[in-house]
Amino acid sequence: MADEVKLFGMWASPYSRRVQLALKLKGIPYEYIEEDLSNKSSLLLKYNPVHQKIPVLVHNGKPIAESLVILEYIDETWRNNPVLLPQDPFERSMARFWAKFIDEKILITARKVSFNTGKEQEQAIEELTEQLKLLENELKGKPYFAGEAIGYLDIVVANFLVFWFRNLQEALGINMFTQEKFPIIFEWIKKLVKINVVEECRIPKERHLVYIRTRLEALKSASK
Amino acid sequence: MEGEVVLLDFWPSMFGMRTRIALAEKQIKYEYREEDLRNKSALLLQMNPVHKKIPVLIHNGKPICESLIQVQYIDEVWNDRAPLLPPNPYQRATARFWADFVDKKIYDLGAKVWRTKGEEQEAAKKELIECLKLLEGQLGDNPYFGGKDFGFVDVALVPFYCWFYTYEKFGSFSIEAECPKLIAWAKRCMQKESVAKSLADQEKIYDFVLHLKKALGIE
Repeated sequence: MADEVKLFGMWASPYSRRVQLALKLKGIPYEYIEEDLSNKSSLLLKYNPVHQKIPVLVHNGKPIAESLVILEYIDETWRNNPVLLPQDPFERSMARFWAKFIDEKILITARKVSFNTGKEQEQAIEELTEQLKLLENELKGKPYFAGEAIGYLDIVVANFLVFWFRNLQEALGINMFTQEKFPIIFEWIKKLVKINVVEECRIPKERHLVYIRTRLEALKSASK
Repeated sequence: MEGEVVLLDFWPSMFGMRTRIALAEKQIKYEYREEDLRNKSALLLQMNPVHKKIPVLIHNGKPICESLIQVQYIDEVWNDRAPLLPPNPYQRATARFWADFVDKKIYDLGAKVWRTKGEEQEAAKKELIECLKLLEGQLGDNPYFGGKDFGFVDVALVPFYCWFYTYEKFGSFSIEAECPKLIAWAKRCMQKESVAKSLADQEKIYDFVLHLKKALGIE
């Protein structure tokens, strides 16, 4: 029976790109549907009535929502290489812990950096630097977060840091995420970008910079 | 195979209760250590340096943090008994989705109900009931969220049941009136020894929150 896989996503969303990267790494053919978040399709609302958000993976008509839940579903359903989550239960717990840390802490601090200026922004930058250092620690002595090969946590970190945050910091005119400050992460990035599908999933930079700048402007004028 | 299992916890924590339930379901012997959150132990700070929070599960000296991650860890290590997640990947994804929903919504809304007043409290009550109704809908006619068997989502949600009394008293409303099926489910869960032994007494929680509000200067 042929598998039918659809992904409802949004081109600038790191959550959406995580799922794309997982699908491509596993070589799973899928149909991608771009959602206009200002005008969500009735299909999206039908498939994710609870949160009404992307990404949503639909496998043979059955929807799965929440990007980290989707990643685990992909790994459990398509068991070919690369195996995304570690086999060892303790290592799996650590991978899940850090993914949660990125989604619940790091992304929030990154938003604080975007929406503030002056002293508040400086404080947010300091907080984010500390959080990224904690994350970098997890990479010590390993080529990838997942160990010898790319895996779940690499996918999550890559989409946040490499694809999304680097563009955000450029749009903001700050330069906190540098090779000097984060040598281990930058070594990891060099390995990562050699993988073909990783480059395929990269958020197109110029378009993303325009998008970020437009959104920040809109938010600034809304708050005045 | 068990090794040494230690749980750093705080008796009213619904997150700690989840881990207690999972350990009890699997009949794992462990050492329970009560933490004073105003005076956190060196062990807690060493084992959870990132968040400095309970619960922390320590298995053979290695820490696992975050309650739902602990429950999955327990399910994966002690995989020969009382499974909490089903074998089918789609059912697992559904269970993880709803456990995540509980995490995203119930705690914060419940806290708003006991902490705030007036419009803010009314809005929180309304949203809390909406979320509980959604969960009730997910339960359907099944005895448990796990279907025939007690499972991951049941573990994630049932600890909040001992906090409902506190929400109701401060919010002047009845969760049972709005979500009778959910309360029936909770009472069914309380028939299980693992749940009854792990949940705190609801009156004690209410007293705890009364004292906490005074200490925080909230009226």
